[in-house]
Amino acid sequence: MKKRLTCIACPQSCLLEAEVEDNRVRSISGNKCPQGEIYARQEIENPLRVLTTTVRSPGLEVKLIPVRTDRPLPKHRLQEAIQAAHKIKITRPVRAGDVLADNFLSLQVKLIATRTAK
Amino acid sequence: MTRPDLVIVGAGPAGMAAALAARDQGVRDILLLERDQHLGGILNQCIHPGFGLHQFKQDYTGPEFADQYIREVEAAPEITVSLRTFAARFAPDKTLTCLRPGRVDAIRARAVIFATGCRERTREMIPIPGTRPAGVFPAGLAQKMMNLEGLLPGRTVVIAGSGDIGLIMARRLTLEGARVQAVIELQAESRGLARNVVQCLEDFSIPLHCRHRITRIHGQNRVEKVSVAAVDDDLRDRPGTAFDIPCDTVLISVGLIPENELLEMAGAAMDLKANTPVVRELGVTSLPGVFVAGNAGNIYDLVDSVTRDSERVGQKAEAYLRGVA
Amino acid sequence: MKPYDILIVGGGVIGTAVARELSKYKIKIALLEKEVELAFGVSKSNSGIIHPGTQTPPRSLKGRLCLAGNRLLRSWAQELGVHFKEVGELIVAFREEERAVLQRIQQDAESLGVLGLKIVDRAWLAEHEPNLNPEVKAALYAPSAGIVSPYRLVYDLAENAQQNGVDLFLQHPVSAIRPGRGYFEVVSSGSTVFRARVVINAAGLYADEVARLVGIQDIVIHPRKGEEYLLDKKRENLTRHLLFPLPTPTSKGILIIKSSDGNPIIGPTAEPAQSKEDLGTTDAGLAKILASVQKMVPTIQRRDIIAYFAGLRPVAGDDFIIRHEAALPGFINVAGIQSPGLTAAPAIALMVRDLVRTSGLTLAPKRRFQRHRKPSVHLFSRPLSSARALVRKDPAYGDIVCRCELVSAREIRDAIQRGARTLDGIKFRTRAQAGRCHGGFCTTRIMKILAEELGQPPEALTKRGPGSEIIAKSRDHDPA
Ligand SMILES: Cc1cc2nc3c(=O)[nH]c(=O)nc-3n(C[C@H](O)[C@H](O)[C@H](O)COP(=O)(O)OP(=O)(O)OC[C@H]3O[C@@H](n4cnc5c(N)ncnc54)[C@H](O)[C@@H]3O)c2cc1C
Repeated sequence: MKKRLTCIACPQSCLLEAEVEDNRVRSISGNKCPQGEIYARQEIENPLRVLTTTVRSPGLEVKLIPVRTDRPLPKHRLQEAIQAAHKIKITRPVRAGDVLADNFLSLQVKLIATRTAK
Repeated sequence: MTRPDLVIVGAGPAGMAAALAARDQGVRDILLLERDQHLGGILNQCIHPGFGLHQFKQDYTGPEFADQYIREVEAAPEITVSLRTFAARFAPDKTLTCLRPGRVDAIRARAVIFATGCRERTREMIPIPGTRPAGVFPAGLAQKMMNLEGLLPGRTVVIAGSGDIGLIMARRLTLEGARVQAVIELQAESRGLARNVVQCLEDFSIPLHCRHRITRIHGQNRVEKVSVAAVDDDLRDRPGTAFDIPCDTVLISVGLIPENELLEMAGAAMDLKANTPVVRELGVTSLPGVFVAGNAGNIYDLVDSVTRDSERVGQKAEAYLRGVA
Repeated sequence: MKPYDILIVGGGVIGTAVARELSKYKIKIALLEKEVELAFGVSKSNSGIIHPGTQTPPRSLKGRLCLAGNRLLRSWAQELGVHFKEVGELIVAFREEERAVLQRIQQDAESLGVLGLKIVDRAWLAEHEPNLNPEVKAALYAPSAGIVSPYRLVYDLAENAQQNGVDLFLQHPVSAIRPGRGYFEVVSSGSTVFRARVVINAAGLYADEVARLVGIQDIVIHPRKGEEYLLDKKRENLTRHLLFPLPTPTSKGILIIKSSDGNPIIGPTAEPAQSKEDLGTTDAGLAKILASVQKMVPTIQRRDIIAYFAGLRPVAGDDFIIRHEAALPGFINVAGIQSPGLTAAPAIALMVRDLVRTSGLTLAPKRRFQRHRKPSVHLFSRPLSSARALVRKDPAYGDIVCRCELVSAREIRDAIQRGARTLDGIKFRTRAQAGRCHGGFCTTRIMKILAEELGQPPEALTKRGPGSEIIAKSRDHDPA
């Protein structure tokens, strides 16, 4: 099966064509540099995304604290991760960079506050 | 009447970077005015990554990028921050009239930098005909509602404009439980980064209709649907292509306009089409000792370029102060 | 059962003007309005012009009431603390031959009683209206034309009426009227029943439907749509006068209007509307308006536009219908109040008062009628120097919520305390969200204040009443 995708490794935005079998990339064409191949493999075999959202922070100077994961997680688990983040409440002052959950959803990623608030 | 050496209006990335650069050059008495309750400007609501790749070689979110500057500004004794302070008038003698809860102050600065950012182009500016129901929002307002207030603006959404703000809001709304029906773009292709087209639209199978426009908004009280038509290369409707998309919300993401009403008020030479002051060189307006930095000067794609250029404007303000001293 | 002497149906400028006038007498009055706020009907979307009487046939009822209203409104505005400004109007002629038309309009208006009219020439125009197209050869100048904020007029009329004892019932659509012996039973909101000796139908676009509730069939309202476009306040000094082209048989033509908020307005169109809810603007309407006003003032540009709306004129034949129904004593219709209804409102109120007398109700003046109303404070309309005193008095005047129009948190709260319930209601009263960013910056802050003052959650807040909720959901209720 052929899959077409736009490479986002750099702003050149090469149009890639991948030959895919059993969710494995057999070959790539259309890339102007090796980055394209790495990107296509990752994106087709195991697409990953960094999650950014907010958690509630009643009592702090702002209503919501923005958060992100320290590393990307499997794309198909984004929705579930958002739901989990929605259940978190912070009541003590935070600093940007504070870890709010260590092994978030048992995915070996950390959930990190991205804003400082008292 | 207070008389600081340098007043900077606006404490987003531009204002903070300019303040720090002026301080680094030796300006000792800097007043940084901010209308909001917090430093950071628009970055506070840009919770997605993609900031700082050039400046910090890091993929920060907006608030993290802002935090780099906020910490330094708060630690700088040369910079006085005045929050919830709205500069309402600016006179040619560089007097700013500022309101804040409980006070009206006249501040006469020796030099002023306007780092007032921009506002969004609205539905009314395009203008999209039809009714005026609830549910039509500038995309940035919707972003603020979601990311700062925890309010979901609607459940089924059509987005006008495929710049990065429109694309990012498409993803954000989807992840928060709304259904984005389509993004409508007048140009032949998205104006956003390829990465955003992929990760914000394709990831969620959101259709992007290029060379289309919203021809009408329908709905008495709340938006009920929009009519859409394809346009030709001269942006005229192509007959027979009209169709309707049901939705309860329309986000308008069709560009930004620099905010320079104060400069205009004081008689700075203006480019009225762009709503920016005419500048001789980066940041230098026609009024002596009055500068412009960041999106107020022109609309930037990357915050890294905003802070880089704003630092230079901060240095120019210092050079001006040294020259007249 | 709520007993009243007089029940007014409709809280537009007519209903509230009548309520205010009748509140001078020792009678019990209720005003019923179907919307959540007053002035959400025709009275919110119009041009705000206090016409001098140059646009109405000399022998018509509307002509007579327009002239009288123009005179009365000055003292009413002063008593109510409403900003009225006499700016004058110019009806312009592009061809020498059209001078005759101007002369005819002048004669008609003078026979009605309009004062101060004169035909002015090119030299006068060059001096007094510099942006006007130099090809305009002459104009009829009517100095007594003025401007007012139409919705603020309604709110202030209502507030003064309430000060003088009128009861206001919002979200009270009248759905049935049952004539009894010497009284009417008026049913609203399904079950509430009011009883009154006199019913005054001032239901604007729906006056025909209200009349039909008591079997009156000869009033039929055909809404005629007018689209209008507001320009940026930066263009406030675009013109010094209201500018009119020569009128056509069906309309005054498309105008350049000064508004009391500062934004020039261009429009309105005049097209039959599809329905009484047909409030959409169109590409065609905009194109027509732009072409027409650019002819008068060529420097107007499309990018000057910051807002627009459409209003519906409640047209029922050529003239106003204001009458006591002899066959149904106590029922008074005030219908077909198209333009210049805003101007005529005070005069209509006096006429209705006289009709109430004819109906047999005795009107004894109150000894203590409060003529004056404490004006609302608007930062935007004052020099900033005077803002200092305000802020000293109340710190919240310095807490700016709407930056484009300079509206403080204090004014927003004040508007809510005076009756605003919705985002639109706040906009009409304070101008917050009415500027060039269109609420982009201030909407969330206004929502917070509104939620706080009304004690409602954010998802209950509306733009203009039930069905126009602003947001879908708030995270405040997420499970912890
Ligand atoms: C585009 C346009 C421009 C205009 N420009 C001008 C101008 O410049 N100068 C001028 O003098 N005039 C102008 N007019 C005319 C003027 O606006 C109207 O004459 C005037 O506003 C009519 O007021 P009203 O109170 O009769 O109607 P409305 O303001 O519509 O009031 C009627 C009220 O009755 C309520 N109602 C209806 N049915 C019921 C019910 N069953 N139960 C309870 N309540 C009910 C409605 O909700 C409404 O609030 C203009 C009109 C338009 C459309």
